[in-house]
Amino acid sequence: MIRVDEKGFYGKFGGAYIPEMLHPNIEELRENWESIVASPEFQNEFQLLLRDFVGRPTPLYFASRLSEKHGAKIYLKREDLCHTGAHKVNNTVGQIILAKKLGKKRIIAETGAGQHGVATATVCALMGMDCTVYMGELDIQRQRPNVERMKILGAKVVPATSGSKTLKDATNEAMRAWINDPVGTHYIIGSVVGPHPYPEMVARFQSVISEEIKWQMMEKEGRENPDLVIACVGGGSNAAGAFYHFYNTPEVRLVAAEAGGLGVNSGKSAATTALGTPGILHGSKTILMQTEDGQVVEPHSISAGLDYPGIGPVHAHLFDIGRAEFVAVEDEDAMKAGIELSRLEGIIPAIETAHAIHALNMIEYSKNDVIVINLSGRGDKDLDTYIKWGGY
Amino acid sequence: MNRINYLFNTKKERVLSIYFTAGFPKLEDTLPVMEAIQAGGADIIEIGVPYSDPIADGPTIQDSNLIALENGMSLKKLFEQLVGFRAKIHLPVVLMGYLNPIMQYGMEAFCKKCKEVGIDGLILPDLPMQQYLDEFKELFEEYGLFNIFLISPQTSEKRIREIDQNSNGFIYMVSSHSITGAKTGITEEQIAYFERVEAMNLKNPRLIGFGISDAETFTTASQYSNGAIIGSAFIKKIKDSQNLSQDIQDYLKGVKA
Repeated sequence: MIRVDEKGFYGKFGGAYIPEMLHPNIEELRENWESIVASPEFQNEFQLLLRDFVGRPTPLYFASRLSEKHGAKIYLKREDLCHTGAHKVNNTVGQIILAKKLGKKRIIAETGAGQHGVATATVCALMGMDCTVYMGELDIQRQRPNVERMKILGAKVVPATSGSKTLKDATNEAMRAWINDPVGTHYIIGSVVGPHPYPEMVARFQSVISEEIKWQMMEKEGRENPDLVIACVGGGSNAAGAFYHFYNTPEVRLVAAEAGGLGVNSGKSAATTALGTPGILHGSKTILMQTEDGQVVEPHSISAGLDYPGIGPVHAHLFDIGRAEFVAVEDEDAMKAGIELSRLEGIIPAIETAHAIHALNMIEYSKNDVIVINLSGRGDKDLDTYIKWGGY
Repeated sequence: MNRINYLFNTKKERVLSIYFTAGFPKLEDTLPVMEAIQAGGADIIEIGVPYSDPIADGPTIQDSNLIALENGMSLKKLFEQLVGFRAKIHLPVVLMGYLNPIMQYGMEAFCKKCKEVGIDGLILPDLPMQQYLDEFKELFEEYGLFNIFLISPQTSEKRIREIDQNSNGFIYMVSSHSITGAKTGITEEQIAYFERVEAMNLKNPRLIGFGISDAETFTTASQYSNGAIIGSAFIKKIKDSQNLSQDIQDYLKGVKA
């Protein structure tokens, strides 16, 4: 049975390895989040916002030309159609209501590609809350439109200038900011990473994805379970959401597409399970890319959202017990898959998502298999990267 | 007897603990810096084990960590440097570091090595009390290592008492809501917190850290505790020093004045 235990562990991975300064905040969340989320008031507000603000349910779209090309029955779960352009908003809507119920006045967040930052800035605007987003300096350069979006929405964007100046460093800065100003502040973590209860809480808010897949599958295929679910994994929030209700259904194959970067052995990669070992990052025990001495290695991916040296503890567990198959998709292949989807289905995917599309070429399946790919985000934010790459 | 207990048995006031990053400013400066801290009259030496992602530290210590790593510092290298240091250093020595590098070294191998070279205690900011009790307490005790816990202005009285029960050596009082080196000076609000904790009559001595930088802040902190810890301010002093030993001793003399 795959589920989090009361100490926040999925098998060997998880927990809450945090400085004492954050203990009261984490404890407050741990003690309250489940009862708040289970309450009718929360659920009413959450479901209403998911429907009318986010635009849920998102369609489960039968991609006929993609199916024909790859020789399987392929459905796309259209998270790219969520308000703000990606699945990230499912989580921020949930967390902002939670923050409000906990009496918080101020929100901080980290962001990689900027999707989580935009989703956070969006819900802060919606609720009239003060919002500061930490973002790596390099990501600020490569995701300019999202930076401007956050600013339009009234958020403050603070560059993280340490380390590789990407998602890992933005997360460090957000944690430091929380330590510096813990009272009245809620930290909206954007992925299934961080100290317990964040990984489970974020996964729960994202689990609406697999919840919908199940009934949509029933409508379209007359059965709840697809044969495969494919999703990209950086920290792993869209994958956790797409896998959540299938964790304990072994006949559904779970496929996680990591960022291979320039190649797993090139020294420029973010393929965490291929390159990583167990360790502690951002408050949880997980698999991370590190040196022999335990220093965190700077990852590389063309996609800012996958440019992270760890994965959520639940994914580390799925990998550890062999429940999910992990593939490492290289930059070039992901870009080509992005173009392929654009040409075949008229959907320009986020480059993160394009990794999941390419995974079709890396795994075995049969012609009759029903495959659901979680189309986690749209490619508008990545136009600069597509243009620079130029291979279309 | 653990040197930390010996210290607090004989000295109850104005205990001065100095933090520096191993292998900083230069790789081979670890021992010379320790010697100078001792010669300058400090009471405890806190050696920072550099880490790529020190989430409880501000820019000054982040920067010193980065430089030390670029210099080639690692836990393995540090233990090599520390072989035989007890011939020269009699002060209690505490290692301060994040869990991940220690986990990769191997927790038991690490504890064993600490004992071998003569380390007295550990400050592991990302090891919360429960995880310590569940995973490491027995091991630390087996090797005679004191685990030093942090408390902050947000820590509840109930939890401070639990921490006090499970602590040995001393309690590290983080002076404000902050990472290291973020704030300087001591406000009335902080003094109220110092007084609140002082009135709890804890069994362990308390040292106040974060925001302590000079004679004034050291003296103020010492009025409400057994002494204080200086980190970022010390790192700034030694960063560009041309004469480490002299500069360190001059600085400590100034702080203790």
